[in-house]
Amino acid sequence: MNLAQLGLLEQSIFVLVALALFLSFVLLSQARLTTMIHVFAWQGFLLALLTAIVAALGDNPHLYISALLTFLLKVLLIPAMLHRLIRRLELERHQERLQKQALVMMAGAALVIFSYWVVLPITHMELAHIRNVVSLSLAIVQLGMLLMVARRQVVAQVIGFMSMENGLFLAAVAATAGMPLVVELGIAFDVLVAAVLFGVFFFHIRDSIDTLDVDQLTRLSEEER
Amino acid sequence: MADLLNPVDWLLALLQVLLFALAAPLLAAWVKRIKSRLQNRRGPSLLQPYRDLRKLFRKEARVANSASPLFRAAPYVVFSATLIAASTVPLLAVHLPTAILADVIVLVGFLALARFFLALAGMDVGSAFGGMGASREMLISALAEPAMLMAIFTLTMSAHSTNLSSVIQHVLDSGLLLRPSFLFALLALLLVAVAETGRIPIDNPATHLELTMVHEAMILEYSGRHLALMEWAAQIKLLLYGVLISNIFLPWGMAQQLEPLPLLIGLAAIAGKLMLLGVVLAVSETLVAKMRLFRVPAYLNLAFLLGLLGMLSHVILEVGV
Repeated sequence: MNLAQLGLLEQSIFVLVALALFLSFVLLSQARLTTMIHVFAWQGFLLALLTAIVAALGDNPHLYISALLTFLLKVLLIPAMLHRLIRRLELERHQERLQKQALVMMAGAALVIFSYWVVLPITHMELAHIRNVVSLSLAIVQLGMLLMVARRQVVAQVIGFMSMENGLFLAAVAATAGMPLVVELGIAFDVLVAAVLFGVFFFHIRDSIDTLDVDQLTRLSEEER
Repeated sequence: MADLLNPVDWLLALLQVLLFALAAPLLAAWVKRIKSRLQNRRGPSLLQPYRDLRKLFRKEARVANSASPLFRAAPYVVFSATLIAASTVPLLAVHLPTAILADVIVLVGFLALARFFLALAGMDVGSAFGGMGASREMLISALAEPAMLMAIFTLTMSAHSTNLSSVIQHVLDSGLLLRPSFLFALLALLLVAVAETGRIPIDNPATHLELTMVHEAMILEYSGRHLALMEWAAQIKLLLYGVLISNIFLPWGMAQQLEPLPLLIGLAAIAGKLMLLGVVLAVSETLVAKMRLFRVPAYLNLAFLLGLLGMLSHVILEVGV
């Protein structure tokens, strides 16, 4: 495949996907929760832009709706909810450095290579460049998973979970020109409901064990006293 | 490729090196002036660095009692290594006779040679500040060099050559392409350039604050013409990174034939690009505060990660099947 044969819009899809991958790395290394939410919102914005471009390219008008939905939910509503949540949990100034940052980043880079290697055998797709986007979106999913493993803060883990969903959405949009609108609506509202439920759970966790650090959850409270 | 034995071409190559040396203080002054404007000050004239250099060259050079001959030789080595490094970077035209020299790895090697002697000179007199500055400089450069090479390998992988002229020609030939790998390489190179030239988040060129200085600490013992050469070399290095970044990523306007008109256009183009880059640098220096030294590895890790992502996205997205 030659990049020069593709139009500018197709090339910009690549740039957007690569930037989304970079934002996943930023999420992984970011210490401040507030900044994490901002970065998550930017990732959602890239996704919405990319969906709109795919819609314009492939003449799929229903993707415009899905782009609009992504924009409203992932750029405006969910980040706003998360911001309100951490304000009410008084975590605005919370900082959590990764234990072994360089190691985690290298693991992230290894995951990118791994997902490329996994997707490599799928050569029977119609367009080769779609396959490459799939491998990067798989990498975004795995980086979200890595974030949930490496972080101990519950809110950070939830952001990791949502960026995993971003990766799945990206794969769907790039590989199959989007899922049926019904499915997409369902997933979008699932994520929204998940965000609400997580909020409720945070308060319960904090009320019962007085912290949001998940390492504390492995100990029995009886033992301490 | 230009004719290797054509004396006019060689003259042009020499003139280009001379232009490099003469224009370097101007860029430093330009950045300083924009910065002053952003801070509501008038700022020194654009000719001030030239006056400073002239003053320093006229002054007597004092050398500490404990200094070895290396201390006297270091400014000349640093200056000439930086100037030779600058001569490998295409400034106005793509194909000069020096193009065969213009290998990126040679460039990095010359800069490393200059830095090595700078650090040695810092430690030579045996003052506490010199040693401290040298150790910090080595910390920064040891982390910056892999990041820079990673970014450069990304470029050379797309152009299939480590020769700067070929890379630039490749970018010119392929026209306007949105390459994610170039975007990442550009960001990585910008971060590395800021670290290597000792600009604000890493080092502050404007102060002599004991606890934070890096470059100033190493040249603290120098005076007179030695100091002038050291400062001039630092300015050339800033210009070198500026030219490298603007000519690799935005090579449009560079002369492809060695004739007066294209060369003039090339001069205007590079001046415009550097003015723009200077404004970007000044704005970022105004917005960002200096980092603690122990945060520098994290900063350079980011540069390395960007370079690595550039290479990965080149392999995954651009090469394809």
